Amino acid sequence: MTTKTETALTTQVYRVYIKATPEAIWDAITKPEWTEKYLYESRVEYDLRPGGAYRAYPSDMMKKHAVELGYPLPPDVVADGEVIEADPPRKLVQTWRMLMDEAMAAEGYTRLTWEIEETRDGITKLTVIHELEGKPILRALVGGGMESEGAGGGWSEILSGLKTLLETGEALWG
Amino acid sequence: MTDDDHVFKALADPTRRFLLDRLFVRDGRTLTELESELEMTRFGVMKHLRVLEDAGLVVARRSGREKLHFLNPVPIRLIHDRWIDKYTERRVSALAELKAELEEEMA
Repeated sequence: MTTKTETALTTQVYRVYIKATPEAIWDAITKPEWTEKYLYESRVEYDLRPGGAYRAYPSDMMKKHAVELGYPLPPDVVADGEVIEADPPRKLVQTWRMLMDEAMAAEGYTRLTWEIEETRDGITKLTVIHELEGKPILRALVGGGMESEGAGGGWSEILSGLKTLLETGEALWG
Repeated sequence: MTDDDHVFKALADPTRRFLLDRLFVRDGRTLTELESELEMTRFGVMKHLRVLEDAGLVVARRSGREKLHFLNPVPIRLIHDRWIDKYTERRVSALAELKAELEEEMA
């Protein structure tokens, strides 16, 4: 298998069109008061400069959910990483590692790119590119393949929630 | 046409559904790869991919010299949230399971 094919096989691309400004989308990605309304109620922390830290914290909803399903409680930081490039409100490149589960954490850091581009009057295109080479568990997780196990619907669900929130002001659930 | 119209129109064609199924199995393919699985001209496949791209179901990205096509499941998720949830997902999935079971028995 060539390297090129390998890249294609292990990268996931998601795109959603949102009736919102690029600035609003940028804020929704990087500010905790926004992420807690669509990202499983998780609050994130970004130090938006190259090398800056990224962290996502567990929400009450995640803890409650874990108890209900009989899973261990989430760790103090549920995901972490580092900012590689921050060009507000157009592009954010970061590393991302999932810490909710030991096997997932063991797969290590992935590369995540957010591209924000205004298309026509008030409609902005958000593209998420997630590079997941050699990370089969994370691939299943973010692809929504573990939804029936209570692990959420991955990027499709998160981006749908983000769109609903920005367009209606309401969270998709709750 | 609304976004939903584009998606339903894109899905209302067996060739386009076939292309989505191929990308579901293996994502990030070139036009040449996709074309090799269909008895259709390159131009025909391009036309179908164009409709899928317009509906947002396929996202094309450059990787070096190649243009790779990725399946984007978000529009289907949005339709799911808008339509399937509304008409009681539980009942629909029970029926879908029943159909799958019956068909398996017949096979």
